[in-house]
Amino acid sequence: METIRLNESEDRDFIERVSRESGQAVENCYQCGKCTAGCPVAFAYDLMPHQVMRMIQMGLKEEVLRCQSIWLCASCVTCTVRCPRKIDVAMVMDTLRIMARRKGMVPPGRGRNVAVFNNNFLGSIQKYGRLFEFATMAMFNLKTGQPFREANTGLTMLRRGKLKLSVTKPRGLEEINRIFEKVRQAEKEV
Amino acid sequence: MKFAYYPGCSLETSGKEYDLSTRAVSKHLGIELTEVPDWSCCGATAGHSTSHLLALALPARNLALAEETGLDVTAPCAACYQRLALACHELNQNPQLREKVNEITGRPFHGKIKVISILEVISSVGLEQIRAQVVKPLKGLKIAAYYGCLLVRPRAIQIDDPENPQIIEQIMQAAGADTVDWPHKTECCGASLAVSNEEVAIPMVSRILKAAAFSGANCLVCACPLCHFNLDMRQLKVNRLRGTNYHLPVFYFTQLLGVAMGLNPQDLSLHTHFVDTGQVLKLVG
Repeated sequence: METIRLNESEDRDFIERVSRESGQAVENCYQCGKCTAGCPVAFAYDLMPHQVMRMIQMGLKEEVLRCQSIWLCASCVTCTVRCPRKIDVAMVMDTLRIMARRKGMVPPGRGRNVAVFNNNFLGSIQKYGRLFEFATMAMFNLKTGQPFREANTGLTMLRRGKLKLSVTKPRGLEEINRIFEKVRQAEKEV
Repeated sequence: MKFAYYPGCSLETSGKEYDLSTRAVSKHLGIELTEVPDWSCCGATAGHSTSHLLALALPARNLALAEETGLDVTAPCAACYQRLALACHELNQNPQLREKVNEITGRPFHGKIKVISILEVISSVGLEQIRAQVVKPLKGLKIAAYYGCLLVRPRAIQIDDPENPQIIEQIMQAAGADTVDWPHKTECCGASLAVSNEEVAIPMVSRILKAAAFSGANCLVCACPLCHFNLDMRQLKVNRLRGTNYHLPVFYFTQLLGVAMGLNPQDLSLHTHFVDTGQVLKLVG
């Protein structure tokens, strides 16, 4: 791990902004490590959950927002239910993802495909109102340069009636589009 | 008993076994399900990873549509359940936020209905009543009940204890099955990473299969289409990549309940899994 120079990189507002946006008292974390101990994805992380919490406290904004862990967090919420300081760590992770995205940061390493997947997923909802599994997967494969990924699985599913080549769109598609637009507007105003 | 029914996107495709078996079992138990008219996606993980407001507005539209039916709403999918239940909780806690979200959706949700998981709906029939419907007890089945994350966390919406839930075991025992004690019933299977980072999801699936096999279970029973797909489809891959030889069919609890109640196997879609279910179902006779 690289050396952290606190006097050069700290951003004192960071903890306050993360706390406000997540609704969590991040300053209450006393580094017991229980979040990390129970995290099922910790083996794949670059920063452990308790390190993320400590680094928010120290104002290391750039380091936290450019880590892979915030994208690899599976949102299983084990950290949250076990936290002795009642901090919703999973919500903090959500907030960090949202902040990184808002800043237009390209997620590094393994985080990249998570962001591609999320964007595709939401794109499908905006376009069809529901998740069109087939089209979303095909698009993900194209965007990540692996056109035949899971082709056999897809064929098996098709044969067993578990993959549809069309999607049942709700009638209220305009309503759904408006939701996306209005959320975008509301977030711009903040 | 009447409920509004929110199937969710995957129950139309990759999780169709869950939809078919839920409808069949509910009908048999006298639970009337009315599909939420014109429902749309709940946003799932992509939604709450991207925008807190969007993660409320997408479920809120569906809550409002369900409320128009005047019935409490049930969602079989654990992810849909969590998103709808969390949105409902947050909007009820914060009237100002509810107003803001209602303005965004254009469909006011008043907080007059509850979100209930299908596990709670079925168990509310009563274990005695369920037992009375069993014509083919699941004798010979040793079940590892797998809950995953979304039904038991976070606290505001958990349907059972987040570390040692029992609701699936109770229903399966009422259907005549044996249940095993095992440590991984609420361990995350990594389904949200399964597409984007399969190499991260594989060890997570592998750990769960290992624990289930070690406990002596001959199948897994779940209540989530994402867990199901991840554990069923990826089991073959785990075997190939790790040189293991797991053969643990993954059932939805509604499928096995349907078997116990003597429902038509066609209505339960028992043969569309990746891991063949035949050998294990033979144990029931």
